[in-house]
Amino acid sequence: MEEWILNTIIRGLALGTPLVWAALGEVYAERSGVVNLGVEGMMVLGAFAAFAVAQSTGHPYLGLLLAAGAGAGAAMLHAVLVISLRANQYVSGLALTMFGLGLSALLGRRWEGLPLLTTLPEISLLTYGGLALGALLWFILYHTRWGIILRSAGEAPAAVDSLGVNVFLVRYLAVAFGGALAGVGGGLLSVAYRPSWTEGVTVGLGWIAISIAIFASWDPLRAVAGAFLFGALFHLSFRLQTWVAPEPLQMMPFAFTILVLALASARRRVGVQGAPEALGLPYIRGER
Amino acid sequence: MPPWSWLLAVSVLAIVVALALAGIIFWSYGVSPLRAYGIIIRGTLNARALPEVGRNMIPLLLAGVGLVLAFRALFWNIGAEGQILLGATAATWVALFSPVPGIWKLPVMFAAGFLGGAVWGLIPAVLKLRFAVNEVISTLMMNYIALYLVSWLVHGPWKGPEMRGFAFTDAFPAAAQLPMIPGTRIHWPTLLIGVVLAVGVAFLLRRTRAGFEIRVQGENADAARYAGIDPARTLLLVMLVAGGAAGLAGVGEVAGIHRRLLDPNQISLGFGYAAIIVAWLARGSPVAVLLTSLFLGIVFASGDVMRVALQMPARTTDVFNGLILFCLIGSERLLFWRVRWAPGGRAPAAESEAPEQARGISGGDG
Repeated sequence: MEEWILNTIIRGLALGTPLVWAALGEVYAERSGVVNLGVEGMMVLGAFAAFAVAQSTGHPYLGLLLAAGAGAGAAMLHAVLVISLRANQYVSGLALTMFGLGLSALLGRRWEGLPLLTTLPEISLLTYGGLALGALLWFILYHTRWGIILRSAGEAPAAVDSLGVNVFLVRYLAVAFGGALAGVGGGLLSVAYRPSWTEGVTVGLGWIAISIAIFASWDPLRAVAGAFLFGALFHLSFRLQTWVAPEPLQMMPFAFTILVLALASARRRVGVQGAPEALGLPYIRGER
Repeated sequence: MPPWSWLLAVSVLAIVVALALAGIIFWSYGVSPLRAYGIIIRGTLNARALPEVGRNMIPLLLAGVGLVLAFRALFWNIGAEGQILLGATAATWVALFSPVPGIWKLPVMFAAGFLGGAVWGLIPAVLKLRFAVNEVISTLMMNYIALYLVSWLVHGPWKGPEMRGFAFTDAFPAAAQLPMIPGTRIHWPTLLIGVVLAVGVAFLLRRTRAGFEIRVQGENADAARYAGIDPARTLLLVMLVAGGAAGLAGVGEVAGIHRRLLDPNQISLGFGYAAIIVAWLARGSPVAVLLTSLFLGIVFASGDVMRVALQMPARTTDVFNGLILFCLIGSERLLFWRVRWAPGGRAPAAESEAPEQARGISGGDG
């Protein structure tokens, strides 16, 4: 009896780890007012970068560092388009997802099926790091001046601008930071969770990370809880394998996500905080 | 809106820039971009290969017309992929398991496919209306659900007894197979439906009350509310047609190309996602989709060439897709850029007049 509870917790932490990193990144990006639907693309680029570096150098942590760089670099594409060129944030994020999936498949072709000799355990420093990061980001968001600036950039950019803070810079930094975390999340998939590289290795987890950010009402601590809860539920659904075919079980995380978002919005109606006011809107100086 | 010639010029420029950027990526991959493009052009734009462009254009046309309509109403339907799969599934049920007699088979398959896609598209619409669930996420999740649904059907209950070991259904009976233009894989009835649909949706948008309401709803939700336009009714109509159109594309794929239900990744090669580019490139005009789906059809056909002649993975087309979409939205500022002469001796000032963003395609007039 206790064993399956322990098992569920362990599996929840294992799958939750990559999700925590990616979801925290999206929380910060969206808090600054920028929706980035390219999480899947940034994660898959991070997954490839981490695998390629870990495979050729034997250092998975170095791989994760490069994954963060790849994610941040990809996020900058989105940032330039939506912050400076004021392009549609949804479409730009989708383009980033397509681009990331395509580029990682092309560049990663020669790495498919190669063995990875030095891997990280599924539950590693990065798991506890993710927990700690969630707490740190929560503290920064709600109890520091930086947090106020970040939140205000997403709620009332004109007000922040009039105080002499560069809204564009804040948003650029938040999007790049979000990309770096998504890159690490993807990297954790390919060097820790399932140490291998195949194209499209993220299988929709990037979208689930975005959903967790929404479901968590853009709160870092809730995002951490949401990610691990999701990991645990994912594992629990697979315990039904004896009775149910695998495909309906694979369907469940996605159906579950829709259900959770519906419940979250029903709850939000009774007074829990909602989305940042200026989410999805470009900031145009001198315009109301 | 800027004049159409300027629209065309900027769009072509965006595509050229995207192809140049893709060339840099090819080069870093170790393939000479000039050689790659030479092979792609020779491989797609010759008399033998051209029909493959048409074959890829059909699902892009149908799904693209639907997405134009959805985007005009500002409903971010990313779920055409799943709607295609549901259309394919519904048609397969009619083809293999329903008692519909011979000559009625294909019409009923199209009707069932339309309904299947429409239901799949209406679920996120209802979720948005009832629970304010973001449709980008919900339509995307529906894609994955559809994917595993089809995968389950072909591995489990619908797996054909004749297909030992393979995850296929049995082949469709002859009455459930679409006729082709001889020597090609162009199933012309679906193409015809697509053309009619494009013209029909243009008519709907431009000449009917419902179309007017969709346009007002998409361009100015406040004005729509003051005018007493029911947002729920508008959205449901839009997603009925958009989901249904994608469903028809799915019917064409299984009844025309594969003649059975099979692995979901083989039924739709990402047509539903590429249709987003088709719709965006068409700038809100359903008739322009005839042209833009042809262009994306070339991209898809080039994917085969790259796979065979250059040994690149099939997903390489996503590099093109992503870059084209980036360049298109990046060039949008250019569309509304005009030079104004300020009277009174001041220097001429260039001023941009991009419409407020997150407002989607403030497209042409139909």
